[in-house]
Amino acid sequence: MSDTVATNEIEELRPIGETTQFIVIKLGEEQYGIDIKYIDNIVRMQHITRVPKVDDYLKGVINLRGEVIPVMSIRIKMGLEPDVETKSSRIIILKLEQQGMIGVIVDEVKEVVTLENDRIEKMAYDSKDERASFLSGVGKSDGGLISLLDLNAVVLDPTMM
Amino acid sequence: MDVSQYLEIFLDETNEHLQNLNTQILSLEQDPENMDTINEIFRAAHSLKGMAGTMGYKRMQTLTHDMENVFSEVRNGNIKVKADMIDVLFQCLDALEEYNTNIRESSDEGTNDNGALIKRLNDIMNGGSGAEAGEPAAKEAAAPAAQESAAAAGDGFQGVKLDENQKTVLSDAIRQEKKVYGLTVKVQESCILKAARAFLVFKAIEETSEIIVSDPSSQDIEDERFDQEFNLIIVSEADLDVVVNAAKSVSEIEDVSGSVLKLEDITGAGSSEEPSGAAEVPAETVASPAQSGEAPAAAPETAEAQPAQTQAPAAQTAPAAKKNTTNKPVVNRTVRVDIEKLDTLMNLVSELIIAKNSLVSASAMSGNSSQAVNEQIEYLESVTTSLHESVMKVRMVPIESTVNKFPRMVRDLQKKLGKKMELYMSGEETELDRTVVDQIGDPLMHLLRNSADHGLESAAVRKERGKPEVGSIFLDAYQDGNNVVIEVRDDGNGIDTKAVKNKAIERGVITPEQGEAMSEKEIIDLLFNAGFSTAKVVSDVSGRGVGLDVVKSMIESLSGEVEVKSKLGEGSTWTIRLPLTLAIIQALMVEIGDEKYAIALGSIQTIEDILPSDVKLVQAKEVIQLRDLVIPLIRLNEILDIPSKKDPEDNLVVVVVKKGDKMAGLVVDELIGQQEIVIKSLGKYISRCKIISGATVLGDGEVALILDANALL
Repeated sequence: MSDTVATNEIEELRPIGETTQFIVIKLGEEQYGIDIKYIDNIVRMQHITRVPKVDDYLKGVINLRGEVIPVMSIRIKMGLEPDVETKSSRIIILKLEQQGMIGVIVDEVKEVVTLENDRIEKMAYDSKDERASFLSGVGKSDGGLISLLDLNAVVLDPTMM
Repeated sequence: MDVSQYLEIFLDETNEHLQNLNTQILSLEQDPENMDTINEIFRAAHSLKGMAGTMGYKRMQTLTHDMENVFSEVRNGNIKVKADMIDVLFQCLDALEEYNTNIRESSDEGTNDNGALIKRLNDIMNGGSGAEAGEPAAKEAAAPAAQESAAAAGDGFQGVKLDENQKTVLSDAIRQEKKVYGLTVKVQESCILKAARAFLVFKAIEETSEIIVSDPSSQDIEDERFDQEFNLIIVSEADLDVVVNAAKSVSEIEDVSGSVLKLEDITGAGSSEEPSGAAEVPAETVASPAQSGEAPAAAPETAEAQPAQTQAPAAQTAPAAKKNTTNKPVVNRTVRVDIEKLDTLMNLVSELIIAKNSLVSASAMSGNSSQAVNEQIEYLESVTTSLHESVMKVRMVPIESTVNKFPRMVRDLQKKLGKKMELYMSGEETELDRTVVDQIGDPLMHLLRNSADHGLESAAVRKERGKPEVGSIFLDAYQDGNNVVIEVRDDGNGIDTKAVKNKAIERGVITPEQGEAMSEKEIIDLLFNAGFSTAKVVSDVSGRGVGLDVVKSMIESLSGEVEVKSKLGEGSTWTIRLPLTLAIIQALMVEIGDEKYAIALGSIQTIEDILPSDVKLVQAKEVIQLRDLVIPLIRLNEILDIPSKKDPEDNLVVVVVKKGDKMAGLVVDELIGQQEIVIKSLGKYISRCKIISGATVLGDGEVALILDANALL
């Protein structure tokens, strides 16, 4: 009894709004979260026009309501197996301050979760793990652990640095 | 009174007046006796003063006031135009420019009183006209001008000129026993929103009457292009008193006078009848007998002017209105539109063209394309094309607005550099997209400075070389197909390629070995390298090392290109080539493997069908011979990493492209056809792909890339 009172008190003390919403996507078996504030749109897989002479993670461009938007593969960027297009494949259109609109290909869009900020564990930077450099943290939700993508790192062009 | 809403207009008009003053003072320097020029300068200075006063910019007003004084003295022949006076005037313009910039940035004119300039202006005036003080002189000078225009306008509604149509309407009204009145409405001098008051007067009168004629035209009145009076001729069923009182009831209206007009007044049949018509007027005049007294004098003039009346453009109403109108240059009937609105319109047109293309491909796909559908599509096509052209035309402005400031700049350079030079310009009327015109100024200015500083020799050296002492710089603009070409040419020293090469080696831009192997042209191109300046002495005119590379990148950002040709000892020519339109182009669609690409029609020379056996090897590179030219082949499928679908035994489809004097044959699999395409940027993210200049959305919604033929060469 006294325990419940204590947690209630803590919850009341916590300022409202300290939560972040994430869209949970799947790449292979692993779940990743993308901060919802960067997402402009989610569209079905469509024909991507290849652009020659660019890095292979850049899959090309698509037409989104008359705008030409570049599309990249997170899988290739993160060193995973290349994408296999299925019925559940989607392109998530991100809107970033610096780079503008970019589409990223994901295997599946699962759900939207709301995580309290104290349930997000910041990642300790580990230079050996290449994939870890694309993550900003890990979120604990009821559905298991979600690796939270650091979009700036994902989208960043390594040759432009 | 909140005048902030007028700020934009004020800034724009101030710019126009300043530009006008610059031009006029320059021409005054050449021809100090020209009365037209002097009058024009006086008018522009006066308008500036008035505008600055209205907006509450006191310092600007004081300065322009003193400039105006000087000009009124010049106009009266009391002082002569001298070189030092021109210099002071130019400094005044610079000071005004500075006020204007301050106002644009902070909506405050700043705190610089320019006391020294004002003192010099007063010195000029006193030096020229003896002990006479500036202030009264100006008033005296302004007064005749006001009287002059008053004489033209003061005859009130009797001076209103009628065209045939209006005469018929009025005569008919009188025959139908309606009453026709002439009204002269005078607005208080202190009134700020004259147009609004005038509108209220119109409204009040329209309650009882119909306004047939207004002078100035209602459009001019709306635009506040009248001084304090305007004249109306109305048809009414009410009494004159009622109408006059209704108009008077509007606040800030000083006076309304009116009288009944008779048939003779309207038809103005001839000067013989006119006096009798005018004689009757005083009897019925309500408020102003003095005005009708002037009528006989004005009447013959009116009659004379009538044949020209039917064409009456804005210019014709100008002399009839008072001071304000006379002081402004004749303005075209224009609307100021925010460029953003035009951009939106342009985007919509682009969308429409995409939609039209979709319709074309949908109709082709469905297979049952009937005659009627095709006809309608063709009709739609011609409408969208004209629509696009019209919108483009709206966005086109003459480059005049940008190049007009150059003569003044060259004049200043001449003094600063101590060289003699003359700028000759042609083709100022050449039109370009507004955004291009706005951005072309800086690169052009840089090239001109470059010519003046590095190109032209000093007078002594020129004499030695047997050239005329005064160096010439030419700025020529002309349209060439889908491009506009702007050339900056000088008859100076030309580019010393040896000096350039040595400098480049010294700076580490190239190695001495590379230098040996370079052609003249390649060496000249080094000038466009970042951080390259050959000026032996760094001056503030040019030679800060940021220069030609910036010029090049600015022009390339406008999808243009810059080239230079030079002959040592004879001069150099800088050629800027800009596309007419930025957003929509005609392109040839081609297929390579499974992919579709667009090639701008502008860069395509011919399309050839080549036998595989006609492809020859020169230095291990494939070439074809076309008429007398040997053209290198570029196999696009290899460059673009696409497996070709074609049998190597088949004939090659070669699209011959040209850039300057370079040509190349692009081998494609198939031609799809010509299409109007809307250029979309690939975005910053894929900007590193040099051979693709952009993308376009095809009729079926797919994206096709646009090949940059220039980058391929």
